[in-house]
Amino acid sequence: MTEIFGVPIQALYGQLMLGLVNGSFYAVLSLGLAVIFGMLNIINFAHGALYMAGAMLAWMGMEYLGIGYWWMLVLAPIAVGLIGIAIERLMLQWLYKLDHLYGLLLTFGLALMIEGLFRDLYGVAGQPYSIPEALLGAFNLGFMYLPKYRAWVILASLSVCLVTWFVIEKTRLGAYLRAATENPQLTQAFGINVPLMVMLTYGFGVGLAAFAGVLAAPATQISPLMGSNLIIVVFAVVVVGGMGSILGSIVTGLGLGVIEGLTKVFYPEASSTVVFVIMAIVLLVRPAGLFGREK
Amino acid sequence: MNRRRIGYGILLAIMLVAPTVIYPVLVMKVLCFALFACAFNLLIGYTGLLSFGHAVFLGTAGYVAGHSIKIWGFPPELGLIFAALAAAALGWVIGSLAIRRSGIYFAMITLALAQMMYFVFLQAPFTGGEDGLQGIPRGKLLGIIDLKDDLNLYYFVLAIFIFGFWIIHRTIHSPFGQVLKAIRENEARAISLGYDVAKYKLLAFVLSAGLAGLAGATKTLVFRFATLTDAHWHTSGEVVLMTLLGGMGTVFGPVVGAATIVTLQNELADKVGSLVTVIMGAIFVICVLAFRRGIVGELGALYRKMTGTR
Repeated sequence: MTEIFGVPIQALYGQLMLGLVNGSFYAVLSLGLAVIFGMLNIINFAHGALYMAGAMLAWMGMEYLGIGYWWMLVLAPIAVGLIGIAIERLMLQWLYKLDHLYGLLLTFGLALMIEGLFRDLYGVAGQPYSIPEALLGAFNLGFMYLPKYRAWVILASLSVCLVTWFVIEKTRLGAYLRAATENPQLTQAFGINVPLMVMLTYGFGVGLAAFAGVLAAPATQISPLMGSNLIIVVFAVVVVGGMGSILGSIVTGLGLGVIEGLTKVFYPEASSTVVFVIMAIVLLVRPAGLFGREK
Repeated sequence: MNRRRIGYGILLAIMLVAPTVIYPVLVMKVLCFALFACAFNLLIGYTGLLSFGHAVFLGTAGYVAGHSIKIWGFPPELGLIFAALAAAALGWVIGSLAIRRSGIYFAMITLALAQMMYFVFLQAPFTGGEDGLQGIPRGKLLGIIDLKDDLNLYYFVLAIFIFGFWIIHRTIHSPFGQVLKAIRENEARAISLGYDVAKYKLLAFVLSAGLAGLAGATKTLVFRFATLTDAHWHTSGEVVLMTLLGGMGTVFGPVVGAATIVTLQNELADKVGSLVTVIMGAIFVICVLAFRRGIVGELGALYRKMTGTR
């Protein structure tokens, strides 16, 4: 068997793929955070909890209603998006004029509530969720076996990210969004319904989180705690990438996922801390983040 | 000014007799968290910095105190000082990284670095991993006073709390504290007046970390164990909640908030189980939406309204 630095090459490819899978989740989640931050000036701490809600909904749909993976991939993001819209209308909209920190505190409270509720209902043990039949098995690439589900997660996440990028940067709707981010008063004066756009943006952002959650459901254990552990890493990803650029969030997410995967191969003890270490280094070298602009 | 003195006197009297009425360990827990929240408030309330990873200082100091007292045989007073210094040193490292960004990023960076330390503690050999450090002896204070007695320990903890509270009080009302408030109100203007804002922020952060560490070390002495829970982000969230509920930027707010939350958790723990988290989250949401001045802040506003003073 071929080896690189004493590591079997098969294991290396395997971890690399796993890193890309995790990186895809980082990318989708940090993209959602960035889009929400752009419009609402709020860091959505509930993002992890809503990601978890997406995965739990997928599991509940299967368990109680017999609704399969593909339907839930559409239904769960819509459901969570609607919850997000309710949150925005009932709570967040009252905070826009205040310090950004209140938005963080409010969504932190929401995250605690959502996580606590699911914990009370289902405990902390993981729920199993099987891979849909069409994606069972693996591709034989000659030098490695690529599990179909992993390839699908990466493909689906990247497509969603690129579509989001396209909509925001290249369409008329995106132009309105960017204008509203830049100067809400002026945009409103041009007759564009900015509060409606803000509401839909939050709904869309958390919908993205739920989409990532459904994608993650067959790949990991579905547990009420899965979101809170992830969101802190995603915060570090956001600090590394900066929230200025959409493509920046995608690249940073994937890149850090791969680095994390490689660390698991070469120095497993550091795999849970490596993203934070990189964040510290980036702060020393380039405090605004790799793709960020200093304000 | 005189009225304030009377107020302090009454509070001190209550604290002195409290352990004869209430279970001393519970009051000590309140005092530890109150000091922790006061230290946190020095940043959020007086400097405008939201540190979302403050539990790391509580947890680190807990481990350092536990290790130095149990393994190295330090006397308790030395263990506490050593632990507070260790927390302050960690505060210097984390603070110098975090103050490179401001606002929302500052909060995310402190949270991320605290999480990193959490994983380090999870794997490090000296922390005992998931089990934590257990059976830490309380020892004898200065070699004379036996701290195994809950009442003796209570007065020691009260003295520590008053010491920490006094330092924070002095800091807030010193010229240094005035500069911190200026930074909170308008950072750009403070810079233009020639203040080295980064240095002030870092010093405030180190001081806050050290005092949070003192609280954590004391907590370890009270409960005789140091666990990962103290370094978890949940604890960081709790201290934010205590300060928010009591009143950010008020002197007594964090104390009131800590007492309320600790009592609430103590009462609810057996009755509602894991729904405690939901209740804590709900309090967060209510505070942010309707109650941003906190208990002490609202009472103060009410008092000023009634007496017609400002």
